[in-house]
Amino acid sequence: MEGLLLEPSLYTVKGIAILDNDGHRVLAKYYDPAVFPTSKEQRAFEKNLFNKTHRANAEIIMLDGLTCVYKSNVDLFFYVMGSSHENELILMSVLQCLYDSISQILRKNVEKRTIFENLEIVMLAMDEICDGGILLEADPTSVVQRVAIRTDDIPLGEQTVAQVLQSAKEQIKWSLLK
Amino acid sequence: MAPVSKRDKKEEEEGGNIFQNLDKTSVLQDARTFNDTPVNPRKCTPILTKILYLLNQGEQLGTTEATEAFFAMTKLFQSKNAVLRRMVYLGIKELSTLAEDVIIVTSSLTKDMTGKEDLYRAAAIRALCSITDATMLQTIERYMKQAIVDKNPSVASAALVSSLHMSKTAGDVVKRWVNEAQEAINSDNVMVQYHALGLLYHIRKTDRLAVNKLVAKLTRMNLKSPFAVCMLIRIACKQLEKDGGDYADSPLFDFVESCLRHKSETVTYEAAAALVNLRNTTARQVAPAVSVLQLFCSSSKPVLRFAAVRTLNKVATTHPPVVTSCNFDLENLITDSNRSIATLAITTLLKTGAESAVDRLMKQIASFVSEISDEFKIVVVQAIRALCLKFPRKHSTLMTFLSAMLRDEGGLEYKASIADTIITIIEDNPEAKEIGLAHLCEFIEDCEHVSLAVRILHLLGKEGPKTIQPSRYIRFIYNRVILEIAVIRAAAVSALAQFGALCPDLLPNILVLLARCQMDTDDEVRDRATYYYHLLKLQEKGLIFNYIVDPMQVCLVSLEKSLAQQVHDKVPTKFDLKSVPPAPVVSTTEDTAKETIPEGSISSAPNRIVPVQSTVSSYAEKLQGVPGLQSIPGTLFHVSEPIELTESETEYVVTCTKLTYPHHLVLQFECKNTLSDQLLENVRVQIEASEGYRIVKEIPIPKLPYNETHCAYVVLQFPEQLSLTVTNFGATLRFIVKDCDPSTGIPDADDGYDDDYMLEDVEISISDQIEKVSMDREAFDRAWEAASDEDFTESEDTFNLPGMSGLEQAVTKVVKFLALEPTGLTKVSERSSFTLCLPGMFRGGVEVLIRAKLAVANNGVSMQFTVRSAHSDIAELICAAVG
Repeated sequence: MEGLLLEPSLYTVKGIAILDNDGHRVLAKYYDPAVFPTSKEQRAFEKNLFNKTHRANAEIIMLDGLTCVYKSNVDLFFYVMGSSHENELILMSVLQCLYDSISQILRKNVEKRTIFENLEIVMLAMDEICDGGILLEADPTSVVQRVAIRTDDIPLGEQTVAQVLQSAKEQIKWSLLK
Repeated sequence: MAPVSKRDKKEEEEGGNIFQNLDKTSVLQDARTFNDTPVNPRKCTPILTKILYLLNQGEQLGTTEATEAFFAMTKLFQSKNAVLRRMVYLGIKELSTLAEDVIIVTSSLTKDMTGKEDLYRAAAIRALCSITDATMLQTIERYMKQAIVDKNPSVASAALVSSLHMSKTAGDVVKRWVNEAQEAINSDNVMVQYHALGLLYHIRKTDRLAVNKLVAKLTRMNLKSPFAVCMLIRIACKQLEKDGGDYADSPLFDFVESCLRHKSETVTYEAAAALVNLRNTTARQVAPAVSVLQLFCSSSKPVLRFAAVRTLNKVATTHPPVVTSCNFDLENLITDSNRSIATLAITTLLKTGAESAVDRLMKQIASFVSEISDEFKIVVVQAIRALCLKFPRKHSTLMTFLSAMLRDEGGLEYKASIADTIITIIEDNPEAKEIGLAHLCEFIEDCEHVSLAVRILHLLGKEGPKTIQPSRYIRFIYNRVILEIAVIRAAAVSALAQFGALCPDLLPNILVLLARCQMDTDDEVRDRATYYYHLLKLQEKGLIFNYIVDPMQVCLVSLEKSLAQQVHDKVPTKFDLKSVPPAPVVSTTEDTAKETIPEGSISSAPNRIVPVQSTVSSYAEKLQGVPGLQSIPGTLFHVSEPIELTESETEYVVTCTKLTYPHHLVLQFECKNTLSDQLLENVRVQIEASEGYRIVKEIPIPKLPYNETHCAYVVLQFPEQLSLTVTNFGATLRFIVKDCDPSTGIPDADDGYDDDYMLEDVEISISDQIEKVSMDREAFDRAWEAASDEDFTESEDTFNLPGMSGLEQAVTKVVKFLALEPTGLTKVSERSSFTLCLPGMFRGGVEVLIRAKLAVANNGVSMQFTVRSAHSDIAELICAAVG
């Protein structure tokens, strides 16, 4: 292959996707209109991506001309896609940031149920990480700060009883684990 | 236990997705809650989330629906709830492309953007920029400039990133913010630095000097952000590439190399990959990058291993010896659990491995090949193909391996790639031919892929008769006639006919077989059998040669068009096949260019078959659409490469493409206006036609606004006297200039003034009048012999090509001059003399055969140049043109 220098550009990320353990889309965003312009193509790609990745835990795959880095937890799969010539490590830091921010938002309960319970915050977090294909923030702490909730100081009054119980349970669990 | 877990599961599923089974209409109905006062965030946030979720799932909203939802959403600005407000911003961004009148929220967003609440400001900027167009941008310009240099990093980043997005639509406005971006680059925040660098480079990238200054300054500054350093490395490499030449003492190159020692892995990898991808690096310059990558190979992170081995794979193509030091690490990666890494490691090893290591490696692959998926097998097969070409002596090992793979289970693409590889080996290595054909024969005995069987039968027909014992293939082919479906039977009949035509001793047997095929149930098979049977029975060499062995190649698309035209016109003229341009030659250089699919990548969609359309027919189609050009008689015959008639960085950029018709020449001038304050009208290129040429028509461009490219045409008639056709035309660009406002493009005044612009001369050479024809060496020799009788004239001359360093250079130069496709061009450099054969077709459908005998002489290369053509003037013209 002849020398292929990357065009210096901030447009690094082609897409971000979160799929559940059946390969259905929880959230997905594609930033390059040239890559999967229609919803149908996106679905097809996700299905394929899921089939190729849900068994082999290999972190990285090249599929349909895209470099995809991924990570899974319980019943969720997190993907970040970039051009096949993109620096894989940059994509990996995007993925890491995505996962860590969501993990902080969901207080380490990264699973399908909790992600749907906090979907609005997760949407905001995705928006803070990547804007139109440009990596906006790669530090999970800043991302969590910027999505308007600091995990511990939602006033008690605004939480539902279930949420309070949940967080209490969490705190006990974590103190035991320590 | 079972029922409990089942209930749990059910519960989980119900609770797990409150967003399941959402209905668009009811959700949009719910959006009416947004109008309640006071706004209830607890109710509204989930509804808004649902709308966004539906959009994210790919639900389509109509314009009215979107607009209604959008306006309901604007009511939510009353709420002070932070999450809800942020969701509104998100909603604005999502709906901005779908809804109408979105600019209504400009003032609300501007208020938030300049307000005190830091949480709102950054997101408000990004939302605002998504609804702002070029004209509106000027009203918020002041705020944007302030935001870029804001001390809150999220605000500054948001402003910088949004500016970059906006620069697509309003480049000129964003350009004015360069000072602010410059200031932001000194920010303490790593992301702000990265974004500022991105914007700054985007604004300045057309100005090479400014970029050089920028890079020089930043390389000394020690950027904090690893992303910014990566970006800087890319910019530096881009500059290095543009400057070209020697990297040895370039400060930029030193900078990239110094980044190999950066503390961030992201940066070190970026620098290593950049060094590898730079063109014309020496092995010594790449070596430090390779040692960095070697370290990565043993990393615990799969991504790092993948990145390293993928880049090493690239090095293996450019500097194989450098990678050999990593062979040990690569061999460890063969068993990597990530199959992409393993496959890349294998292919890299195959590229660098010595001939002696091949056997061992093949054994390793054999143990592993059954576990991997088809996509990776194809990658391995491709590596084997490269290996076969590199070590022709190893063909027997590799061929056995391939045939074993061929017998395994696998999809069409996989099998096709193996068959392709075997075919390539056969073509490249005559020694391997017999074995290869035997393997293929065996394969078609049990092949479920029709297209593949047809291809192999065709190959057997072409290659089989030339082997020592052609008769052994007949059985395999005739078996197909008995056992297969119609398509394959037809292909088998054609293959049999080839044997009949080329092996006289087998002819009687073939005739018997063909006679039997005439009873076939399928029309096509019967037709073919009858056709070939009768042709072969005549036993006339010329006929057999022209209609079986080497049937005419014409461009099928053009043929179809010409025939349709013929039928449409109802003119009782005889159809002249020679007016149809010959089939486009797929040159080997194009093949290599196509392989841009990165190695180690797998593709889900089968390679889409691109409809083969030659440049000629695509141009012909385009010209049909230009009024005033349809009337040119004849079909388009040849299209030249575009030639630049201006420097690429001048006010007006003009490139010329020469389109040749049998009796006419069309010059297509692609004009681009690069001055933002000018509107050009009535743009035309004035040609000073030389003697003999007659200008038939000029088609000007009525309007040429800034940054647009349009085509002007000049139609000329070729001179009767052929010797006058090779010439130069003076050319001038003439137009009416109207000064206009750069931002709107509307001219200031109605009347402009005439102006002109000198262009470089348009050169009409011999190559514009000859189209290449693809022919193999044997066919050329036969045609050459056939052209020795009195119908053809021969023109011969001897030239001395001084200053040529070797044969290779001379051959390239001759081929380039005539722009033809050489036949059987093999390793030239090893010999002291070489015969170059160039078949071609002169406009009007006259066959031209050119033979150039080149030999190394004392001072340069001497060439005996012979042209044979049915038309004496053409032969002389070509001969004269070369001198």
